[in-house]
This record gives sequence, structure tokens and C-alpha cells, in this order.
Amino acid sequence: MAEAGTSSQTRFSIKRQPGFTTIAIVCFLMLYAPIITLVTYSFNAGTSVAIWEGFSWRWYEAAWQNEQVQDAAARSLIVAAFAALIATTAATMAALATTRTKPYRGLTTVYALINQPLMVPEIVTAVALLIFFAVIKVNTGYQGLGYLILAHTAFCIPFAYLPIRARLEGMDLSLESAAADLYATPWLTFRRVTLPLLLPGILAGAMLAFVISLDDVVITEFVKTPGQDTLPTYMLGQLRRVVTPEVNAISTVLLTISVVLVSVFFFLNRRKR
Amino acid sequence: MSELAASSRISVDDAPQDAASALQAAERQQAKRRWLLLTPALVILLLAASGPLLIVLTYSFLKPGDYGGVIWQFSTEAWFNVFLQEDIFEETVTFSDAHLSIFWRSVRLSLGTTLMALLIGFPTAYFMATRPASSRDLWLFLITIPFWTNLLIRTFAIMEVIRNEGIINSILIGLGIIDTPIQMMFTDFAIMLGMLYVYLPLMVLPIYASMEKLDFRLVEAGYDLYATRWRVLKRVIFPLVKPGVIAGSILVFIPSLGAYVTPRVLGGGKNLMLGNLIELQFGQGRNWPLGAALSITLLAIVMIALLAYVRNVSRQENTHG
Amino acid sequence: MSEGKASPSAVEAETVTKIFGSGETQVTALNEVSVAIRQNEFFTLLGPSGCGKTTLLRLIAGFDHPTGGTILLEGQDISYLPPYKRPVNTVFQNYALFPHMTVGENIGFGLEMLGQGKAERDRAVGEMLQLVRMDELKDRKTDQISGGQQQRVALARALAPHPKVLLLDEPLSALDLKLRKEMQIELKRLQHETGITFIFVTHDQEEALTMSDRIAVMNAGRILQIGSPREIYDHPAERFVANFIGETNFLEAEVVSTKNGSARLRLPSGKMVAAALAEGARTEGKVSIVVRPEHAGLTSAKAKAALTGRLENVVYFGTDTHYHLRLEGGGEPFIVRQQNSRDTEEKLEPGSEVGIEIGKNAVQVLRD
Repeated sequence: MAEAGTSSQTRFSIKRQPGFTTIAIVCFLMLYAPIITLVTYSFNAGTSVAIWEGFSWRWYEAAWQNEQVQDAAARSLIVAAFAALIATTAATMAALATTRTKPYRGLTTVYALINQPLMVPEIVTAVALLIFFAVIKVNTGYQGLGYLILAHTAFCIPFAYLPIRARLEGMDLSLESAAADLYATPWLTFRRVTLPLLLPGILAGAMLAFVISLDDVVITEFVKTPGQDTLPTYMLGQLRRVVTPEVNAISTVLLTISVVLVSVFFFLNRRKR
Repeated sequence: MSELAASSRISVDDAPQDAASALQAAERQQAKRRWLLLTPALVILLLAASGPLLIVLTYSFLKPGDYGGVIWQFSTEAWFNVFLQEDIFEETVTFSDAHLSIFWRSVRLSLGTTLMALLIGFPTAYFMATRPASSRDLWLFLITIPFWTNLLIRTFAIMEVIRNEGIINSILIGLGIIDTPIQMMFTDFAIMLGMLYVYLPLMVLPIYASMEKLDFRLVEAGYDLYATRWRVLKRVIFPLVKPGVIAGSILVFIPSLGAYVTPRVLGGGKNLMLGNLIELQFGQGRNWPLGAALSITLLAIVMIALLAYVRNVSRQENTHG
Repeated sequence: MSEGKASPSAVEAETVTKIFGSGETQVTALNEVSVAIRQNEFFTLLGPSGCGKTTLLRLIAGFDHPTGGTILLEGQDISYLPPYKRPVNTVFQNYALFPHMTVGENIGFGLEMLGQGKAERDRAVGEMLQLVRMDELKDRKTDQISGGQQQRVALARALAPHPKVLLLDEPLSALDLKLRKEMQIELKRLQHETGITFIFVTHDQEEALTMSDRIAVMNAGRILQIGSPREIYDHPAERFVANFIGETNFLEAEVVSTKNGSARLRLPSGKMVAAALAEGARTEGKVSIVVRPEHAGLTSAKAKAALTGRLENVVYFGTDTHYHLRLEGGGEPFIVRQQNSRDTEEKLEPGSEVGIEIGKNAVQVLRD
């Protein structure tokens, strides 16, 4: 769409609004330029984050050999994997119980509970969990990863729930009737018809949950026992006045994981539309 | 599916002969199955999301311990301290300037961020919705990607751009426009820019969702009836996508108000927002009850905003049919 | 019931009631419906949308359960049996083919669930594909075949387990006219070849008349009349049935005498006609009667005619011509339909006074 020029003077386009295209392009540039800069400078051979001194894997190697980073990365992956797995399982079951049914007593409360992590500010939940887990820690002495996994699972549930629910609601009810009509017991109907058709939604939900868990900063920062850093809290801790190129390198890796998973999610969903 | 599962348990032999009780039994079975399916999710959410909020509420009415934690004694001191302060020597009660200024900054910066996001997000959503259907998904993808990437990393990225040795200052100095770097980091401007940057997709997505459903024959009708471009925008397009605009504004305002990471990284510990003030009470401040009271206050503001939104939506639905 | 005791009805509904919802939103979908469907019969449930025909079908299939009454399959009570325990299969309105399976897997699904081995199943699937003439499409995905082909797969899938009864829920409604006609013939052929009882639900009266052995006309949760297509068409028992199927003229008349289910009536014109009495029709006083437009004719001999009226409109339809008349003494317009032939070139002008003849056995007395 030409911003100005002969074509817009001679031909009237009903969809044109002056300046909108410019703003949109600025918007996309603004969204991507900083990220691209950050990624680019993670390959900088020099220490500076502003002056380009040639391509190098130096900072990736540094990060790779840093034991703290190794620890944090492993912890991030473990927490994200468990949180995604549990959250997706719970969300799938919840979605089966809340879709394609007449409204029943308590349904509104169930919705409110499931969506609560989306509505309550993260800092409030973080503080709440800090207090709650402090009580448990004092009483049980348990200091392990369980707290992080439980906290992550809770806020991953709505993200896993949404795509699964959407998929279920789009599913033709008569398919399950047909299976029952053709002598499939409820369990076989679920295994042979419902579950295979639901699978793209479940995968999408699991991926979103994984990404969300992997990226979390605030809740992790408050819930972790000292020494239990995940990659994001490690990076936050490294921050003084400058972002070191090593943190840039870690950021790039995390970014790549998110982008890949979200792309897969996006195309999984699009193909089924 | 659900009916089937329920009825499967009733075999012909044990089925009660009268229909009413048979159906009742089936319904009970179905309800039982539903709640069984819901149990894991609800237990996790009650344990790690809803339940702890009640503990926060309780803690806000207790006395602070000397080294963090609480003393189990009822006290309204924390709530008193949310807005007020007492001068022990002069025995006067005044408004707590420090807290009020942080509240005010949080609201001001959040509103500013929301407004900026709207000014940029609305035209962007419009641009996306007027693309050919085939490329629309690509634009949607491009706006979604930043949303799903790490908030901390995006904050780092914006920091790289605006800090004294950052890209903007380097370019400006390189071009000879300025001699000394412009101090952008650790200002309210930096916080707002950072929040705008991280929450902008949340404005664009709902507006785009409404805009995509917009029937452009209505726009044609507007032009046909002698409206100018501006008037079509104001009288036809904007009212029709207003639900998306409101949703987007709420989605940006709420996380901005509770922002923690962005002001911490870009505000540099001087320009606090509510989130940081709360954190302070659990760290150096060692005043857990005050932190709890502040958290509840933040939650209350957010809930009021959400309720206003919900009421607005239901009113819209009522007037539209 | 009146059927021979030796072979029970394929399906029998006994005072079946189905109520959805509760309280103020309560809807009675079926109101004490009783019907007996014979073995090997092509039985049609005909009625407008919302009349309860699909509900009755779903109760027979087992997707819903009756609020009251019982449903018998070959004499056994199956009212509360889940669908997967009933030897009854359904062809769904939207076909409900499993999108994640091939045509062959879809057809074999029922047999697989019944525990049949793979070799046996493959043979059965082959047979079924042959029966519906789709041999080459076995390995296609169901979204890669046309609507007509999907219809055939749905049929094959439902027939493969050799059910005692096949239920068809408006299976032809998604097809275009030409394909629909083809499938109507195809369905009759399949029913004949398999010898399975078909219960067919439709709102299309023409479809019902051409395909069925017997029809049950339904409205507002009740069965109004059950009979062969001819009985239903020629001897409608109620105003709704007469109106829903074909075009009809309604008249008032007075019963003069009755004998063995037939009656002599006095028309408003004073002329006498013979009429058939519907079961339960009144045998004295004023009654409503119907005359099909094609069972009446126009005549210039007004004195002898049963009725007289003024011609208001002549509508040419190709195969026949419709004459719209205003009867002497007023009332609803009366329509006479006459077959066209090459020679008929009578010039009947609107406005002319004409006589109406009513054919033998053309008058039916309604129940109301």
C-alpha cells in the first residue's frame, strides 16, 4: 500500500488510513531491532556490546564451560519438563471435564481458578508462594526442586488448558457417538477417537507450558532456595550495569528454543484450521 | 462422550426400572467423573495459586518479625503503613510520601505505557488486518513471537539500545550530534519504554482479533455516505473494534502495574514501582506484613480494573443484542 | 401388538417420553410415542424439524435414554443399554467419518471393536466396499473423497457389523438434488440386498413417499399417523398430515350416514358425496374433509357438479396446470390440478364460473 504517490491519488482505497502503515512498520522494527542486536552481539569477538570486532563463538564457549550456567540450564530444563508434563496432563483432564457439557454448579468457579494465574499479578503470586513455602520449609525441612516444579505447574496450567479446550470445542461430538454406535466402549472411544483428535491441542499446550516455564523470572526468583538458580534468575543475578556477552549468548539460546517451539505450535494450529 | 461413559455403568440387570431414577443415577455418575477429572488441576491451583493468597491476606494482619517472617499477633499496623506514616517523636500521622509517590509512579507509568501501546498498537493491528488473507498469518506470527520470548531477555535487549554506551548513544556520538551520552537508563522514561516494548504485543493481539472480524463493507458504506477517512475511522471502525481496544488496554495495564523485572533492570533501584516496593519488604525491609498488605492492595487495584472490564463487556453484549 | 407372535417387531417403542432440561426450560421432545417397526422394513420417520423424529432415532441408537416408556429390540428391553451394546448402527447426518482414519479403517472400525481378527475384517471391508461400489478408495483419507463417496463410506461403515437395525438420520440432506435421487435408489437396493431393517429420518415428504414401506408422520413430539405411503397420501387422518404431505383442499361437510368406515356426506353446496372415514373420526354432525387437487376436475356442466366456483387464477406448471378457484359460499381457495396433454387447449379464463367434479374415493374425513 503506497503511503503517497500517484496511485493513491487516482485510485481510492477504502482500506487506507494515512500514516498507519508507517506506524506499523516502526512497530515491527521496534519489536525486532533490539532482539536482533542482542543476538548479533552475542557473536561479537570483543568484550564490548556496542563495537563489532568480528565473528566468534567465544561467548558461547564461555557460557558452555561455566559450571553455574550448566547447573542453571539443567535445572531450567528439569523444572520446565516436569511442569509442562504435569500441567498438560492436569489441563487435559480439566478440559475434558469443562467442555461440551451443560453448565453445572461450580463451573464458573472452576474457570476462575484455572484462569487465576493469568489475572493475578505475578509479583503477588510470587510473594504468596514465598510465604507459603517458607512455612512448609520450616516444618518439613525439604529444600528440593519440588517447590519450583509445583509453582511452575500451577501457572502453566492455563497456558496448557487454552489450546486443548479450543481443540475440544471444535471437535465434532457425533464422532464419539459414531464410535460408541460402532461398539467402542467409553475407554476405547477415548483412546481411538477422542485422544488422537485431541493430540495436536495437547502437544500445543505442552509446548506453551514448557516455554512459559522456561522463561519465568519473577516467581522463580521468589520461590527458589538459595543456590537453586534457573537460567533466567542466573542472568538476572549476573546483571550489574552491563549485560555481559556471555549472558547475551545464553539469551540467544533461550530465544532460539522459544522461537522454535512457538513456531511449531503456530503451524500445528494453523494446519488444522 | 460424557453421557456414554456415564451410562456405560448401568447394565440392564441393575438398571432401576423407573426411568427417573435411572437418569438420576446416570447424572450422578457423570458429575462424579467430571470432578474426578478436575481434581488434579484444582488441587495444584489451590495449593500453588489460590490458597497462598489467603495466607498473604492473613500475614497482612500480623506483626513483622525482626529478621523477616512474622510474629503471630493481630495488628493493623501493616495496613496503616501502606499509605500513612507515624512520626514517633512528634506523634503526628502524615501520608507516607515515599509510598504514595511509588503508587503514583506505578499508576502513571502504567497508564502512559497503555496509551503509548494503544497509539502504536491500533495502527499496527489495522495494518495487519488489511493485509491479504494469505499473509495475515505471517504478520500474526511476527507479532506473537516476541510475546512468547523471555521477558528478561527482551528487557536486556532494550537496555542494550538505550544505555549510555548503547546503540542510540553510540550512533548519536558517532554522528557528532552529541558529545556526551544522553542519560536514558534509570529514568522513568526507560521503565516506560521497556514496559511498552515487552507488553506491546498484548495490545496488538486483541485489537487485531476484533479488526479481523470487521466487515469492510461497513467501511464502504461509511464512505458511500460521505464520511471522510478520519470520520470513517472514528465513527465506523473504532466503535466496532472497541471491545478489542478495551481488552488490549487491560492486558497492558495490569502487568505494567505489577511489573517487577523491567523497573528493576531499567529503573536501577532508584525509580521503584509497586512490584519492587513489595519485593523490598521481603528483602532488605524485612517487613513481611507490609509486603503482604501492599500485595493485597495491588491485587485489589487489578481486580477493580478487571471487574470494570467485565462489566463493560457484558454491557456491550447487552446493547448489541 | 397386532403383529404375529412368532416374529417380534424389529423395534418397538412403548409410550416413550423424552423430556430435555428441567424447570422452565423443560422441553418435551417425545410425548408417549408408541410404534412397532417390522422386520426387514424400510420405515420412515417423517416430520418437520423439532418434531421429535431425531430424538426417537437417538433413543433407539442409545445416545439418549427415555424419560419414560420402554424401547424393545426384537422383544428385549434396551431402554438403558449404552449404544455400544446395541446391535444397531447409525448413518449420521454429517456422516461423522473419523478424520484420522482411512476409508478402510473407518469401515472396519465396528468389526475391530467387536473383536474380529484382521484377516476376517479385511475381507468384510472388501465386501462392504464392493457393496457400495467404492473398491478403489480403501486407503484414502476421508477428507480426500467427495460428499457422495463419504455418504457411501458412512453406509458401508454402519452396515459392516451387520446390525439388526440400521438407523439413518437425514443422510441425504447434504447432497445435491441429482446425487440425492441416485442415493435414494441406492439405499433401496442396499436395504433389499442386505435384508436389514432400515429406520430412516427425513423432513422431505417426497423422499419418504418414494422410499418407504411405511411412514410415521410426526409433529410436536407425537406420531400422528402410521401407514404405507399410499395410505398416508390418500387417506390422511389429520389436518397436519394432509397439509404436510402434498397439496390439499380442506372443506367442511355434514355426515348423513356411515357404514363400515365410509360415510355419505352433504357438501355445503347441498350435493352428496361418498367419503372414507379416518380412524376415530366423528360419525355425525360437521366434519372436516380433504380432497387432493389432482382428484378433482373441472366441468362445464355446473348443474351436475359437486361444487361450483369462480376461477381466479390459472398457473401453468409444464406437466400440469393448477386452477385456483373461489368456491360459492366463500372459504379457503380451492385448487384443481389437471394433467396437461398436447390436445388440452381449453381456454379457461380467470373470472369464469365453473363446476368442480370430485372423483370416486377422493374424499377423506379427518379426525379433528
